[in-house]
Amino acid sequence: MTTITAQINGEARALRVGTTLADLVPPEWKQGVAVARNEEIVPRAAWATTPVAPGDAIEIVRPVSGG
Amino acid sequence: MTNLNPRAPLPGEEPWEIAGLTLNSRLLLGTSRYPSMQVLLDALDASGTGLVTVALRRVDPNVGADGESLYDVLVERGLHLLPNTAGCFTAKEAVLTAELGREALNTSLVKLEVIADEETLLPDVEELLVAARELVSRGFQVLPYTTDDPIIARRLEEIGCVAVMPLGAPIGSGLGIRNPHNIQMIKERAGVPVIVDAGVGTASDAAMAFELGVDAVLMNTAVAQARQPVRMARAMRAAAIAGREAYLAGRMPKRFWGEASSPMDGRVTTGFHAGQQAAWP
Repeated sequence: MTTITAQINGEARALRVGTTLADLVPPEWKQGVAVARNEEIVPRAAWATTPVAPGDAIEIVRPVSGG
Repeated sequence: MTNLNPRAPLPGEEPWEIAGLTLNSRLLLGTSRYPSMQVLLDALDASGTGLVTVALRRVDPNVGADGESLYDVLVERGLHLLPNTAGCFTAKEAVLTAELGREALNTSLVKLEVIADEETLLPDVEELLVAARELVSRGFQVLPYTTDDPIIARRLEEIGCVAVMPLGAPIGSGLGIRNPHNIQMIKERAGVPVIVDAGVGTASDAAMAFELGVDAVLMNTAVAQARQPVRMARAMRAAAIAGREAYLAGRMPKRFWGEASSPMDGRVTTGFHAGQQAAWP
């Protein structure tokens, strides 16, 4: 199986070639989640059509308690 | 103060508007540092708040969702969420975090916070102004956490921020409103709502902020770290009402000497003159 390496929330991860952003987000997180790829927001509607490229820096964030 | 609907206004809580939202309570609450989720939710109910702050953080997607998320429980309760950029030290970090907040929460509101250093947690106003300009140009409704400097507050308003949020004292310090005169100067000249953010330690601090005329107060630690957070939330609600009502009522002028409240005419006398040494019996 061919894999690529990308940074997911700051950690290097091996991913299948063709992995999209949609594959990285648990399906039960329907709301209250945002994804950025190389410091650019990727809207939810584009997750399924955005493949992760080698070396990408992906951020997956959710709201947590804050002041 | 037990309302079936915690969001129902109490006497003295008149609807007001901020960034297109209509709120009854003038308290904005943070959601951090509570002993438990249940205490947080009970305290939010007791405070009557309609707008609460949240942070955006990396979450490990492998962990998955265990039970209801904070997002779900807050939204279920009908609360509006205000994402912050807490923990950002540069304009660049703050802008990206704001974008993530807008995407995750589907809101253009952002509490813009750009911190200068971890010890003071004071705003870095240079970075703050840069970030505010950028976010306004990207269509955000920016509520900037700023110093109590009236000049910076004015500049933030000129940039197009929908409110200004001067600090009363450093975040989490509970030192109260350290420079009431500055807060008053900011309010006097502001054309947007003024929200005191940070510094409130107890109910009298909140009441004082409202007596100065500010539109709202944002607090977190004062409630979350009280020995009884729910009771403190109730106290803060009463203080907000008391302070706001006192401000609207218009306080009496201060006098150096006393002035009798009861009439002096027709009082019983014994031939004693004011200033004389009284002998008794």
